[in-house]
Amino acid sequence: MKITALGDSALIVRFAEHSPGGDASKLDELLAAREAIERAKIPGVLECTSAYTTLTLFLNPAQAIAQGAPLHGLTGWFEGKIAAALQSVAPKGASARSRQFEILVCAEGEFALDLPDVAAAAGLTREEVLGLFCAADFRVSCLGFTPGFPYLSGLPKQLTMPRRSVPRTCLPAGSVAIGGAQAGIYPTTSPGGWNVIGRTPLSLFSAEKNPPALLQAGDRVRFTSITLAEFSAFGQEPGPRGS
Amino acid sequence: MALKITRAGFLASVQGAERTGFRHAGVSSGGALDLYGMRVANVLAGNSETAAGLEITSGTFRCRVARSRVVAWIGGSYRVTVHGRSIPAGRPALLGEGEELSITGPTRGCRAWLAVSGGIDVPVVLGSRSTDLRAGFGGWQGRALQDGDELPLGGNPPPAEQLIRSLVHARMAPWSAPFVWSSPAEGAPHLRVLRGRDWDQFEAGSQHSFCSGEFVVAQDADRMGARLEGALLRRLHETDLVSEAVAPGTVQVPPGGLPILLLGDCQTNGGYPKLAHVITVDLARAAQLGPGASIRFREVLLPEAHQLLWQREQDFAKFKIGLSMHP
Repeated sequence: MKITALGDSALIVRFAEHSPGGDASKLDELLAAREAIERAKIPGVLECTSAYTTLTLFLNPAQAIAQGAPLHGLTGWFEGKIAAALQSVAPKGASARSRQFEILVCAEGEFALDLPDVAAAAGLTREEVLGLFCAADFRVSCLGFTPGFPYLSGLPKQLTMPRRSVPRTCLPAGSVAIGGAQAGIYPTTSPGGWNVIGRTPLSLFSAEKNPPALLQAGDRVRFTSITLAEFSAFGQEPGPRGS
Repeated sequence: MALKITRAGFLASVQGAERTGFRHAGVSSGGALDLYGMRVANVLAGNSETAAGLEITSGTFRCRVARSRVVAWIGGSYRVTVHGRSIPAGRPALLGEGEELSITGPTRGCRAWLAVSGGIDVPVVLGSRSTDLRAGFGGWQGRALQDGDELPLGGNPPPAEQLIRSLVHARMAPWSAPFVWSSPAEGAPHLRVLRGRDWDQFEAGSQHSFCSGEFVVAQDADRMGARLEGALLRRLHETDLVSEAVAPGTVQVPPGGLPILLLGDCQTNGGYPKLAHVITVDLARAAQLGPGASIRFREVLLPEAHQLLWQREQDFAKFKIGLSMHP
């Protein structure tokens, strides 16, 4: 574990070198460590986020000092608090609570913009690509890029596909895409450079809801293929959101 | 109780305190790009530090109020008038019923922040009233202001009521905020930076160029960040990095070698090498960088950054006490 400053108001805690493809036990350890740091309620820590192999603590240094932290040696003081918090990590905690989600995906027509390219690159048919994709167990490594965008590990190796050299300026909300060895879902209409293979009718982010994002780091995700008719019918019945 | 926008100008939005607690969901911290300046403007107007105000970027902005308010602004070199009378930055002034406040500019800098007593009373969304323009939520209908918008205002807080009575004749308070807080725009600022995680991965020549050369802000500068043009910054080896958190102030360098200075609406994670970080007290000046502005960077060490930040908080606390003692 190594702690480095991210500017003067954040600290990054680095746990391990990256394991390509995402190592499930490492993710559980990371999320358990994040829970331990949040539980410790260290003065001056505004929030704690996780991404792959790092945790980041966003700080209000003045608040910490006002609550007893030393101005000189502030970083060392935080390091001590972080180390103490990590003594009480419950390694099984995060894993036991990780949730399972079924994400509906329609890979028909214009929804599957880049499915032909992905299939060609993999030497597979469109149906084979979709079959592999929907058989895979994904896990949310972290959220980012835009609010609610999940970075998913667990993509079958055959489906690895480099990002497009020229990103598209506008991808529709719900686009399910492959970027390198990861998959992701664009929650809102936004620019994007990943290869779009389908679209989900599910809402992945709503600022009016709490929590605002459908998914969170650690969640397990499987995709289920639906037809265009099922996609179109989706909003007309009570959705699974909020279950 | 409304604030009527009679002219929205180039870009105006409801901004106030940052949004904390939702970075894990990919939500930017946002808020006024000069968070400190917004706090200063708020306390000048008799508000709590965290009230929502308006962020104005270029052009001509005009608004009116239905009943008397105290207004205060800080930011770049804008010409601000109330009913034709010029209001300097950092000076509380009376905006009477039916009078028009006009903000035009800037001749230097980029943005201005306006606090109106009572604060813009939009709902708190994910912990903040500030607008997330990119994601389209918070603030006023999740969008930039348009001509004709009528924004709800909170009731005048007691300090503002007092000020309104005392300013009936003078129209403007005789006191003001320190100049460096209210007018942070400089012609060619030096921004102080800390070394980033990937500093050592850059060629010595690039490290030197970064700390000694001049950079010019490119055209596509917005609330997410400013692309900088100048010496190309080269890494010793172009290896891929694992994405991790970035923050407002982070200077990242994409493979092309031209750095990007991230601002309040930046994404939560980034995979580009992090060369440096602008210190928090200098983000006020970073928020004044518009296209074409030139800047330089100067390295400082972390204890100095913390010292400056703590000193500013102490000064702010004293300033607030001073304000509370005015009749």
